[in-house]
Amino acid sequence: MTPPLTQADIDGEIADLHKDCDGQEANHPPRDFAPYRSSVLRHPKQPLIMVKEPEAVELTGPVFGVTDVTALDADLTKQHAGEPLGERITVQGRVLDRAGRPVRGQLVEVWQANASGRYPHQRDDHPAPLDPNFTGVGRCLTDDEGRYSFTTIKPGAYPWRNHVNAWRPAHIHFSVFGAAFTQRLVTQMYFPNDPLFAYDPVLQSVTDERARQRLVAAYEHDLSVPEWSLGYRWDIVLDGPAATWMEEGR
Amino acid sequence: MKATPSQTVGPFYGYALPFPGGGDLAPLNDGGGITVHGYVYDGAGDPVPDALLEFWQADPSGDLSGAPGSLRRDPVTGAVIGRHGLDFTGFGRVPTDADGRYALRTLMPGNGYISVCVFARGLLHHLYTRIYFGQDAFLDGLPAHRRETLVAVAEREGFYRFDIHLQGEKETVFLDFG
Ligand SMILES: [Fe+2]
Repeated sequence: MTPPLTQADIDGEIADLHKDCDGQEANHPPRDFAPYRSSVLRHPKQPLIMVKEPEAVELTGPVFGVTDVTALDADLTKQHAGEPLGERITVQGRVLDRAGRPVRGQLVEVWQANASGRYPHQRDDHPAPLDPNFTGVGRCLTDDEGRYSFTTIKPGAYPWRNHVNAWRPAHIHFSVFGAAFTQRLVTQMYFPNDPLFAYDPVLQSVTDERARQRLVAAYEHDLSVPEWSLGYRWDIVLDGPAATWMEEGR
Repeated sequence: MKATPSQTVGPFYGYALPFPGGGDLAPLNDGGGITVHGYVYDGAGDPVPDALLEFWQADPSGDLSGAPGSLRRDPVTGAVIGRHGLDFTGFGRVPTDADGRYALRTLMPGNGYISVCVFARGLLHHLYTRIYFGQDAFLDGLPAHRRETLVAVAEREGFYRFDIHLQGEKETVFLDFG
């Protein structure tokens, strides 16, 4: 039997892979990033096929409307009879396409662990308490400026079994739709100055340091609400092309 | 502007993203519905029980405008009450089950294919593929041995099988739109 992987093993693999990339610009993580062990059998080995069809279905995308969300969905602290435990925060930002244009009226979904780092999911068996007043799921539609806003609590870090003593830095999962299916994004937002960043193969799978920084929200004092919540700003830029008529129409 | 990097959907999306009726696109009482089903497999040939598939497609006339209301909610309780069965939203979302299996009940897309976006634990950046139902000029441009990975196999009237192989000998063709 091979000995269990230690943090030092993982750190060494990450350092080698980052060195191979040598500061090259890369917006997204490679799908093949062995320090994140679950990626090993779950990435294609053949190159992707480039599609350059002006009529491609993927240049358009699903639409959502006021029937798909309720006003309460954006406040994760108000979904139960009582208040959840933890540090109340507001997270706000804009969703833009890569030309800097606002993505309007599109669906933003979030999910996260509670303040103790526990998800209400059967597969999360880490011995931290569930919070009966916190589910950790929210959604909203972006407004005409592409803005989204959530009220929630700061999630806790949590252990996982990638290697011995593996801990995920605190993060909020985001799922975002753009004007086209090509712009679909599922990602994770992190909090500034988390000491766990360097140890986390999921964050470190983004080999370009500048791109990694784009996953970290900024604490913004003006977004904090007196006697109520701390404010974080995080803007999201969606990759991928959209149909021309749509780009012109916006 | 520089894009925000992708990160894996992870293992815990199951209580957040899937919604009741996510795979039932076909409006009620609309004739000509089809069922597309299959498995997602990893590079060892094992089924992937924690993948999330999203589907986007044209209606039978080829129209791509879609419609809101895929995850319509009850304004009283906030619960998902599902599509109202009048419009074709064109959007589906289905998590694979414990067997790595999914099923989609929809209408035949007027322009020949359904677009699929694959998310999974272990997948750091989603993948796009397409489900074709027959010959297409796009398929003609692919190497012959890989072409068939994009074509649903007709099983019986209205039923099609489409498996997704993330890696391995039968690896599905995945697409990049630039
Ligand atoms: Fe997580």
